[in-house]
Amino acid sequence: MSATLLIAMLITMIGASTPILLAALGELVVEKSGVLNLGIEGMMLTGAVVGFAVTYTTGNPWLGITIAALAGAAVSMIFAFLTLSLSANQVATGLALTIFGTGFSALFGSEYTGKPLELFKSIFPASLAEDPYLRLIFGHSPLVYFSFFMVFAVWWFLSRTRAGLILRAVGENDVSAHSIGYSVIGIRYGAVAFGGAMAGVGGACFPLLLTPQWVEGLTAGRGWIALALVVFAAWRPLRLLAGAYLFGLIATMELYTQAAGGVFRIIAPEMWASLPYLATIGVLVIISLGRSANANAPACLGKPFEAGH
Amino acid sequence: MSGETQARLEMAGITKRFPGVLANDDVSFAIKPGEIHALLGENGAGKSTLVKMIYGIMRPDAGEMFWNGAPLKASSPKAARRLGIGMVFQHFSLFEALTVLENIALGMDGGLSSRALEAKVREVLNAYELSLDPHRVVSTLSVGERQRIEIVRALLLNPKLLIMDEPTSVLTPQEVTQLFKTLRQLASEGCSILYISHKLNEIKELCDTATILRGGRVVDECDPKQETSKSMAEKMIGGDLKAVAKGTERTFGEVQLAVNNLSLGRGHAFGTALKDISFSVHGGEILGIAGVAGNGQNELLAALSGEQHAEADGVIELCGRPIGTSEPSTRRKAGLCAVPEERHGHAAVPDYSLADNGILTARHRRELVRAGLIKNSASHDFADEIIAEFGVMATGSKATAGSLSGGNLQKFIMGREILQTPEVLVISQPTWGVDAGAAAFIHQALVDMAAAGSAIVIISQDLDELLALSDTLSVINEGKLSAPMAVENASIEEIGLLMGGVHGEPSLATKPEASHAVQV
Repeated sequence: MSATLLIAMLITMIGASTPILLAALGELVVEKSGVLNLGIEGMMLTGAVVGFAVTYTTGNPWLGITIAALAGAAVSMIFAFLTLSLSANQVATGLALTIFGTGFSALFGSEYTGKPLELFKSIFPASLAEDPYLRLIFGHSPLVYFSFFMVFAVWWFLSRTRAGLILRAVGENDVSAHSIGYSVIGIRYGAVAFGGAMAGVGGACFPLLLTPQWVEGLTAGRGWIALALVVFAAWRPLRLLAGAYLFGLIATMELYTQAAGGVFRIIAPEMWASLPYLATIGVLVIISLGRSANANAPACLGKPFEAGH
Repeated sequence: MSGETQARLEMAGITKRFPGVLANDDVSFAIKPGEIHALLGENGAGKSTLVKMIYGIMRPDAGEMFWNGAPLKASSPKAARRLGIGMVFQHFSLFEALTVLENIALGMDGGLSSRALEAKVREVLNAYELSLDPHRVVSTLSVGERQRIEIVRALLLNPKLLIMDEPTSVLTPQEVTQLFKTLRQLASEGCSILYISHKLNEIKELCDTATILRGGRVVDECDPKQETSKSMAEKMIGGDLKAVAKGTERTFGEVQLAVNNLSLGRGHAFGTALKDISFSVHGGEILGIAGVAGNGQNELLAALSGEQHAEADGVIELCGRPIGTSEPSTRRKAGLCAVPEERHGHAAVPDYSLADNGILTARHRRELVRAGLIKNSASHDFADEIIAEFGVMATGSKATAGSLSGGNLQKFIMGREILQTPEVLVISQPTWGVDAGAAAFIHQALVDMAAAGSAIVIISQDLDELLALSDTLSVINEGKLSAPMAVENASIEEIGLLMGGVHGEPSLATKPEASHAVQV
């Protein structure tokens, strides 16, 4: 395999991983605060369609991404209101959010089907961004650099700041956090909004970074992989990065094995396409077998909190 | 103000009503600077309510509180802390997955870098000779060390009054000694201490004054050093205290439960592995297993009840029959009943009725089920029988388990198992959080059951309880069980050493011979 091909593969892999990574980072913060939001897929689809529509209409991908983040956060507030203010069941509400997002994006996106969009490319000069070697560093979409930055930012926030400590405390023991005087519900609202915004940006990656068009169900279940990835990473941002790239690599193999032909032809392309999902199941099974698998899980994950108890 | 010195805290005619209950009725007392003042009373006597009002969690309906002579207006715990009132709760509000330092930082009002905070924490630890590693994760600490976190948290605020709510209920004797040393040092520096407890020996040892509450009223104020434990207990319960009536000439039958070299891996990340545990219990014998929480008690109970299987069938024998790999219901049918520590969700289902909770463990031995169908009236009769015989205060067999108070639910659970007349009863923490009246009842029921020929294993952290009930005593420490000793020959010091002494104390390292010698 030539070096340029390897670089091309790496760039594809990083691109394919970015939406999952962003959405999973958001969910990691949500879960660290003790909330389980299964609606990632719905929030991603909302972000995807809104990101497409705004970018298509205004021609400004920056604006598209910002509005996609706001749309994701807005949808997540439905979830937050139901589960945090009304103490609805988090699992059921999260699933409902996914169904809502799927329907909403299909309806809202129907008029954009088949319309072309320009990919959100590297902002570096072409001499760097299109150089066969240097493009490994400079050839990425701004969304990719943003995802790198967010891995670091989330890690720093959770492990180094007082606000992050309070957020972890709320996820660990909501009753104690409340008795010390922290607003459990308020902090969880903030975390869910952040998770929604990140899922929105993650969703916007699909039309802006991967396939420059809108089709129904564009995210193809990647929200669920993001959810599994948080468990796989044991709620640690840096492991999340590794996990996301592993899944990106498996997803990329589908493309390159078909191009490569030869022995890879033995396996049907559909089989390759299903690999990331099979790998998700496999990884979750292996992790659950491990003894300390859930030692790092937030103790209050998914449990509703009612002040005054 | 009475007396020459200004009282640090004075309560004058405090009254607090809840729907249907008068929690505090015209309560008055005063605490002087540097005084260690005991607040004594049974569960439900109104101690917690009173303390919550001082700490700003609740407000009195009538009466006044004075802080250094001025009206006390603590509208929240935060305001109380600002005035110099600190509190160490009975149930710690700690975060298991976070470090000691992070836990302390969460309780502070912010503004300190973690390095500055660590320096302050180390200063307090040194000043009071407390051993605690600020960077340890809480889940790895003993209960005594956890309590020290709460104490350090309170001390960092330079309190003028420290409220301690049942602080020794989970400590080893050595940890209690260490705690008393700290409290005396604090008092000598002028800090007043309000010490809430129902352990009379400790109050005699530590406190200068005791205010005794019963049914929300102050029934007496006394100098505990001038009183006997018995006289204070009788003031507390308002009647004669019945000691457990245990026959003097006790005879044991055959071995009914034998455990042979039981080893078990840690069930989960924070669990304790059991290492080569062997013991046997005869019919009519009560074996007490002492130990600090988290040393394998839960694992041992699970192995005996059948929730965890032993490696081989022969490891556990019930009346000579190997049952080491049998399921819990098989063991129950064969005559081994077990009561776990946690009442809600383990020993009983809170949302189920008492009748349904009866079916859960007694369906075979009391024939409450036929051909897979529940016998409705039989199960209600059984629940009513327990309620009547064990004096359970409940509205009837249809009441949910969760609606009962802790003591009443425990009486119900004990009754449910005892009325099945098992050959072997294994019970963990029989009187945890139960008031003295109910505890005495449960103790008597256990002794009577043994007299009727059952073999009983009691796992408890309450040494007084074990010394009163057991015939034989063993100590569990880090998953190992000490050799059994006859209770008459056991000394508190020896048991304390077997319990692991003060966890994390260097002083223990200087006495390795002592701890070795007794461990055999």
